[in-house]
Amino acid sequence: MLSLGSGGAKSTKPSFVSYVTPEEIKAEKDPPKKEKHPDLLPGEVEFCSANPILKYSQDDLSQHGVFGTLFCTNFRVTFISDETPQEKTAKTFKNKLYGEKNDIPLMCVDHIYGVYDEKRKLITGGLVKNKYPSKMIIHCKDLRVFQFCLTFTKEEDAKKIFQGIAHHCLEEKSLKCVFAFSYMGTPSPGTDLSFCREMLRKQETIMFDSPEDWTQEMKRTKANCRLVIENKNFELSQRLPKYFVIPLAIGDLFSYQGKGLPIWCWSHYSGCALFKASFPPVTQEDGDFQKHLETMINAVAHNYLYSVKTEDLSESLPNIQDIQQSYNKFKQFFLIENSTDFWLSDVKWFSSLESSGWLDIIRQCLQKAVEVVECLEKDNTNVLITEEEGTDLCCVISSLAQIMLDPYYRTLMGFQSLVQKEWVAGCHAFLDRCNHLHQKDKECHSPVFLLFLECVWQLVQQHSPAFQFSETYLTVLSDSVHVPIFSTFLFNSAHHREGVMKAESPLAQSGPLSCPTVWDWSVQFDSKAQNFFYNPLYSEKVKHEKAVRKPHKPKHQRQLSLPSTAFKTPLKKGFFKDETDSLKKMLQVKRLSRWMGSPDSPAATTREFYESWQHRPVDYHGLLLPCLDGPAVRVWMQRYLRWIPEVYILGGGSVAMTTKLMELLSQVQDLKRVLEQRDTSQAAKIDHRPYIQHRLLSFGSSGRLSSSFPFAYTRNRSFKPIIPTGLMQRLMVTDSLASQEDEASSVASFV
Amino acid sequence: MEESGSVDSVESLFSVPLHCIMFFCVQVYKDPSKGELPLLPEELVQDSAKDVTYICPFIGPVRGSLTVTNYRLFFRCTDREPVFGLDLPLGALSRAEKIGAATSRGDVSYGLVCKDMRNLRFVHKELEDSLKKSAFEVLMKFAFPVSNNMSLFAFEYKQVFPENGWKVYDPLAEYKRQGLPNESWRISKVNDHYELCDSYPAALFVPVTITDEELRRVFSFRAKGRIPVLSWIHPESQAAVVRASQPMVGQNGRRCKEDEKLLQAIMDANAQSHKLFIFDARPSVNAAANKMKGGGYESEDAYQNAELVFLDIHNIHVMRESLRKLKEVVYPNIEESHWLSNLESTHWLEHIKLILAGALRIADKVESGKTSVVVHCSDGWDRTPQLTSLALIMLDSHYRTIRGFQILLEKEWLSFGHRFQQRVGHGDRNHTDADRSPIFLQFIDCVWQMTRQFPAAFEFNEYFLITILDHLYSCLFGTFLCNSEQQRLKEEVPKRTVSLWSFVNSQLEEFVNPLYVHYPSHVLFPTVGIRHLQLWVTYYIRWNPRMRPQEPVHQRYKELLAKRAELQKRVEELQREAANRTASSSSERAGSPTRSITPVQTFV
Repeated sequence: MLSLGSGGAKSTKPSFVSYVTPEEIKAEKDPPKKEKHPDLLPGEVEFCSANPILKYSQDDLSQHGVFGTLFCTNFRVTFISDETPQEKTAKTFKNKLYGEKNDIPLMCVDHIYGVYDEKRKLITGGLVKNKYPSKMIIHCKDLRVFQFCLTFTKEEDAKKIFQGIAHHCLEEKSLKCVFAFSYMGTPSPGTDLSFCREMLRKQETIMFDSPEDWTQEMKRTKANCRLVIENKNFELSQRLPKYFVIPLAIGDLFSYQGKGLPIWCWSHYSGCALFKASFPPVTQEDGDFQKHLETMINAVAHNYLYSVKTEDLSESLPNIQDIQQSYNKFKQFFLIENSTDFWLSDVKWFSSLESSGWLDIIRQCLQKAVEVVECLEKDNTNVLITEEEGTDLCCVISSLAQIMLDPYYRTLMGFQSLVQKEWVAGCHAFLDRCNHLHQKDKECHSPVFLLFLECVWQLVQQHSPAFQFSETYLTVLSDSVHVPIFSTFLFNSAHHREGVMKAESPLAQSGPLSCPTVWDWSVQFDSKAQNFFYNPLYSEKVKHEKAVRKPHKPKHQRQLSLPSTAFKTPLKKGFFKDETDSLKKMLQVKRLSRWMGSPDSPAATTREFYESWQHRPVDYHGLLLPCLDGPAVRVWMQRYLRWIPEVYILGGGSVAMTTKLMELLSQVQDLKRVLEQRDTSQAAKIDHRPYIQHRLLSFGSSGRLSSSFPFAYTRNRSFKPIIPTGLMQRLMVTDSLASQEDEASSVASFV
Repeated sequence: MEESGSVDSVESLFSVPLHCIMFFCVQVYKDPSKGELPLLPEELVQDSAKDVTYICPFIGPVRGSLTVTNYRLFFRCTDREPVFGLDLPLGALSRAEKIGAATSRGDVSYGLVCKDMRNLRFVHKELEDSLKKSAFEVLMKFAFPVSNNMSLFAFEYKQVFPENGWKVYDPLAEYKRQGLPNESWRISKVNDHYELCDSYPAALFVPVTITDEELRRVFSFRAKGRIPVLSWIHPESQAAVVRASQPMVGQNGRRCKEDEKLLQAIMDANAQSHKLFIFDARPSVNAAANKMKGGGYESEDAYQNAELVFLDIHNIHVMRESLRKLKEVVYPNIEESHWLSNLESTHWLEHIKLILAGALRIADKVESGKTSVVVHCSDGWDRTPQLTSLALIMLDSHYRTIRGFQILLEKEWLSFGHRFQQRVGHGDRNHTDADRSPIFLQFIDCVWQMTRQFPAAFEFNEYFLITILDHLYSCLFGTFLCNSEQQRLKEEVPKRTVSLWSFVNSQLEEFVNPLYVHYPSHVLFPTVGIRHLQLWVTYYIRWNPRMRPQEPVHQRYKELLAKRAELQKRVEELQREAANRTASSSSERAGSPTRSITPVQTFV
């Protein structure tokens, strides 16, 4: 009865277009026709526009819409309603760069579909010639879905806007066409101030673009390694960071363009450390290279107690194409165009989820990170993770392991520094992986960074009090990847970044220009909105509460990462005896059985590791492990369901809890303040935390917010329930039970 | 040596068929150093055995001692650190049986299937030539007292609580809260002594325009005499929620003038709407099939202004089977790679969705449509109370408080005769009884789903719901005994047993949701998409130690509440001190802090 998917134009409903007759349009258009234009950002240029365009309203089952003008600029596709703008609702959480309701940054466009004669077709670059569709459906990378009807406007306008949008969103383009380069060329008003502020923020988030940052980090983790500055001008390798840290035992830096070079990630307080490296596949003939790699492993082993475990991630985890494929399947479940589709897919929800394999990939990554953690924490062994490039899954696993081990990375600034360290400075190929330039080469696209955020979200939802940041923060960060303003996600490597930024600088004497980093959140959100990034449940560390914080010098809190009684420190065995012999043996073992050399499956040993951890008392500032059993790995509801009106919980959702919590917190603060006033002698000891943090919403109104808050904020939604349709579509109870009678007498014979 | 040998032999013996007879739970005892059995009043040790082995599916065999009392089975592990105890109220046993024949070594093994989603398995030595009954026989005797012509432990238990839970529900007071009786609805004494319908309560509210004489005729037209009576009335629109059983239409399309008049009167009692919605909880096929057995549904000819809607909820047998499958999927081990499709194949959440969707439609008609509704299924004691009570929770915030929820259960489930004895099978050995079904559990699950969606709308917390379910089976309290109000009075349950609400209301702080915000006239419309439904892991999978919840959010709330209380106390102290010291000079300074803390006090 109901059709699905790409052929979805045929529906039992009368065609959506018929809801509005041309006469009606005229009537609506009659009010004085004022030319409306979008508020352009500095450097934003309008390409083309068309009017009237009907934009179907998403949260309405009946395919109604609003008329307005559709624009395409060098930054976004934007729609401006003909209706007089409603009184500006004081939206608490608003992105300054683009609105969630009507703006689509070009980079955020995932797919465009055209409906031609009731048939839905995927638009690819080449297809856009003469014909234009009656309806254009845009799927965004942040899971929004837009539907525009083009039939009411003049043919040439429609053609122009459609081709314009298709061209700018789908055609392969050069990096220089990305809006960031126009945007940053324009000095924004009040540069000085914002520049100062940015500097301040920068101080908080460690950028890892200077030798000092690395020295600091090594000091913090008490690492005994060597800082390499020889790649300052990328003489060693263009795929390596500008500055990086390696084991002390490495002498030769200049062979094989840095391939196989173990890059230090993090040091455990015991002295053992985590390294990552790019290990290209080795052929038999390449004996020299093989030897080189063994020297490298040897060097890692020398870091602490002559022990090393290596793990080839490209063998044990899905590759980036698998990840891409799985995510493509997965995201389809959330790109909902109408409510019929929604309820149909609802029935098959769990098995669809499973078939995409996305949650399983998340589980595998977390599992692998736990294995790494186990080696560092329990066995005090150096770990070297490798893959061909060394900048994809290595980043995922090393970052996850660090979050589990080091509470500093669970603070907002710590997390941002971690992303800088492992991903940005660490040369993750954001530009290729995110496919910002719409390259046809599909091999290199993969949502690896998103996968990492997904894994972090799992940790956040399982251990909320351990994280200073909220899930909203993660959601916003995942969206920001597709906002073409930030230097953070625009490049493939440090070398790439530097090359482009230097070349782009119009004023060579003033040094390289910098477009903002994503961590300068003030570019997108005002300070009030930024409060949503903080988790009200975060259990702050008592010890540090009174101390004046020095954000740029975070103390390493690893001493707390394990109650010292839980594991005995390893005996200093093997340090002097037979070291060469044992090392040789170990290396051989390593080549044969990659991991731990034990026949036990990793899953079984990590299971044990998890259970022993679980039996210890909760310590949010210590080691953190995720539960990986089926029911524990979940869908990131906020990110994926926020635009689907069918699942809004009006007056409910976590926002109800958050507001209540914030209320409690602010009351506690009030009382503290009162105490402070009363008891001036003790005033010095009282917490001086910023006060605003917990005063976000007027609590009276929170009852009418929906679960999608702070996204998809719709105040004037009617307060009515969403009743599912087609409930009995599939619930086929095949056995005879269904037809049995409830009464006791008639079922007496039933056994 | 011998120990391990015995375990091995048992293992090999039963690796064969007994799929679900495995077991265990780990409950770390509050005071493991003692590890002594805390006996309840009137609880007596009946038998105990040393050297018993537990075959735990999570941690393997453990050894310890087993004690059977007239209320519980208690196993204390002796060979492990930390010491843990396993405490199982015998009422939770659904089935207990010996597995296999005694081996040459004289070991016996038996498996216990529990109603609370776990299976336990023990092995121990059979005493040779003993005149004494074996522990297993003692267990069987006290686990199934009804089958052994003994009384349930609830009738022995004589704990005294400061609160009397039997006084929680006073029907007239509850109807009075709803503004009843009023000009349209009256109380009828026609069923005062349960002579017309033994499964209905004594107090029935019906439209004033219907006489008792007419009612008597309706009794014979509705299945089991469960006539349409009022459950709840909207305080503003006067739209009513009415419950009933199916009409005895039969194949010939029997009609009943008085029944038609009654439904018309129900509609007329609400001036806001000229329509009446009849929600038949069953799938339409099943409703039609009921005509063969004399039942059926209201025809459009006979009930002119009524619109009939089928809610497609399946019967008790389907639900029982679904829960059985769910148990297979979650206990003891979860198959990781197919977890989601396995969960889907149980249909459990799909049933939950249908029930919630049905209740949502009812609540919507009453709230948004201002229309009165009649809800029925076949007998009106399973699906009907699920739907009406869920709709009532959505519509009336009173039922979201702890006491209000107790009243709701007392009213919709207990007084209107949900057959708890039959559905749960208290103390009954016959585990294959087709009358057993997890209808009430399913309802509590639906409530839990709503508490998840509206974390600040309910006064009670998750522990409250789990406590209710645990004592649904435990037979410690009289609340869930018997099948109807009439039976409970006949058995003098309120006199001879303790109410669960006595226990709960005497330690309310355990059950309070610290996030609760009371919005008096707030209707809740949950979303019923399966995407927002979750498996209730902390109930169904609570025996799996790996699924142990992390420090629950509530813990943190409690800390905050405590912190606040502490600070508040300190402020008061300081104020007092300040007032004493400088009674005159700084009075204005003392004034401002007082003002700033007043909002706090409003919701302690």
